[in-house]
Amino acid sequence: MNKDTKPGYLNIDSGLYQTRISKKFENRKPYQPADPKIILSFIPGTVLEIYIITGQDVKKGDILMILDAMKMKNKLKSAMDGRVKSIAVVKGAKVSKGTVLLELE
Amino acid sequence: MPLNKKIRELQEKREKVLLGGGEQAIEKQKAMGKRTARERIMSLLDENSFNEYDLFVEHDARDFDMDKKSLPSDGVIIGSGTIYGAPVAIFAQDFTVAGGSLGLMHSRKITKIMDHALKMRMPLIGINDSGGARIQEGVNSLAGYGEIFFRNTISSGVIPQISVILGPCAGGAVYSPALTDFVFVVDKISKMFITGPEVIKTVLGEEISMEDLGGARVHSEVTGNAHFFALSEEECFDQIKKLITFIPWNNGKKARVFEPAEPKPEYNINKIVPEDPTLPYDVKDVIRAIVDNSDFFEIMQLYAKNIVIGFGRMGGRTTGFVANQPLEMAGVLDVDSSDKAARFIRYCDAFNIPIITLVDLPGYLPGVDQEHAGVIRHGAKVLYAYSEATVPKLTVILRKAYGGGYIAMSSRHLRADFVFAWPSAEIAVMGPEGAANIIFRKEISSSKDPDGMRKQKVEEYKTKFANPYVAASRGYVDAVIEPSETRKFLMHSIEVSENKDVTMPAKKHGLPPF
Repeated sequence: MNKDTKPGYLNIDSGLYQTRISKKFENRKPYQPADPKIILSFIPGTVLEIYIITGQDVKKGDILMILDAMKMKNKLKSAMDGRVKSIAVVKGAKVSKGTVLLELE
Repeated sequence: MPLNKKIRELQEKREKVLLGGGEQAIEKQKAMGKRTARERIMSLLDENSFNEYDLFVEHDARDFDMDKKSLPSDGVIIGSGTIYGAPVAIFAQDFTVAGGSLGLMHSRKITKIMDHALKMRMPLIGINDSGGARIQEGVNSLAGYGEIFFRNTISSGVIPQISVILGPCAGGAVYSPALTDFVFVVDKISKMFITGPEVIKTVLGEEISMEDLGGARVHSEVTGNAHFFALSEEECFDQIKKLITFIPWNNGKKARVFEPAEPKPEYNINKIVPEDPTLPYDVKDVIRAIVDNSDFFEIMQLYAKNIVIGFGRMGGRTTGFVANQPLEMAGVLDVDSSDKAARFIRYCDAFNIPIITLVDLPGYLPGVDQEHAGVIRHGAKVLYAYSEATVPKLTVILRKAYGGGYIAMSSRHLRADFVFAWPSAEIAVMGPEGAANIIFRKEISSSKDPDGMRKQKVEEYKTKFANPYVAASRGYVDAVIEPSETRKFLMHSIEVSENKDVTMPAKKHGLPPF
């Protein structure tokens, strides 16, 4: 048996089949709907500018940060009216995809 | 000058160029566990069959002091030869010469042999071992890559194209292998990526080793970019030679016919598949129980293992196999396995290779991740590939054939030429448990003993529908056969399909879901 697979069961239409389960399937993450309060980096890149401070009120459409990625200065806009709860990165930080950049409330 | 003196002059000139990047560079290459480009060609081709061309080609770049540098053969060897007597065109990048970097003349040599292979309708093998574009030659080297990609594309489906990655293959260079039919990689030697670890680190701050980013294992197990994985260059060459015996020289020919041989007796077809449809088994053993000499040549062994693809021979004729693998992920169709199967079906169709499909699957894999990964589009590739294929299509339903999976796996409705089913086959809209839960929902929920009622209804459904006879009564299955009759039926079907001729409506090209 290969080391990356292990015996297990798979449920298809109420049928429970004995089989080996792939690592990819084992490690799949449960789906989480996007939360407009949490701003994530949608692409790996560098935080070029931060225009807001903690506690600041923001309106939908306000530019919060500039994320430099793939030679493009990407504007990160707020998807809602709210207040900046916390900023998780500093100017110049290199972030991978899906990193929390800031949280609104 | 007398002729023998001129001959000596040629010999001296040859000797100088044949050393490639020189002894030091060759030593370095060996220290990396790699053979030189010339050694690679020699170990791949039949003895004394290699004819080399463009030995004396040199670059004429002037910028950045390039005019002072001499690069023997401009870092690539081209020519033609034979493998087990089959003609092949070949190029091999020579890492000992300027890191195998691709400049204008280097690329012209490659495109010359590509044009030759296409014109002569013979297979092309490319051995990649290159640091990438020769930066000193600027846009000329980009032009070179573009010319190669274009030829890869127009030759696709006309001549077999094989890529062998025996060193780095980075940046734009990776797209040539990606456009070819089969990619061979060797553990610890092959490296393929668009952007290397250095760039990823400086731009993104992510640290990863070359091996973890684009090593042979990664491309064989995770990305699906590679089709054959070997532990050494020698093993890799053996795989290539074996592949060449299975495929035709071009799309106008059929693969060579070998002496027929019976399967080995240790594969007892009656004993491989468990009766209980929820128990796993290795479907490769079923294939081995059917093919000549029990010799099954698997492709993409380590990727999307829930579907098995590869070549075998039936009565000496090359046959492509597509089989659900209940041992892995219950043999479901998912994004990766659909992609893997569809491409192989199209390969067989392009090169006149009949397809045998062995069916045992509970359906498509459920899940948000699958739906969001586009299992609709990827799953559709299987339907498209089977429907479009005009080569002989033979199907054997071993056990489960439920729902969309039944339709997708080379069913009569997608124009399979012959559909056989074993007595253990269960051809139905879904498995008995799921079906009973839906059809008899009221009876089950209103019963005093829901579990007992469910069991009873599941049994009822099983006897009525979980068999091959309903499908056989409609003619969707041509024959219900004993497992031991499988080879006989398939051999006969392939024989009578030898001159199969179907005409599809004229079109420029279809739009498969990719």
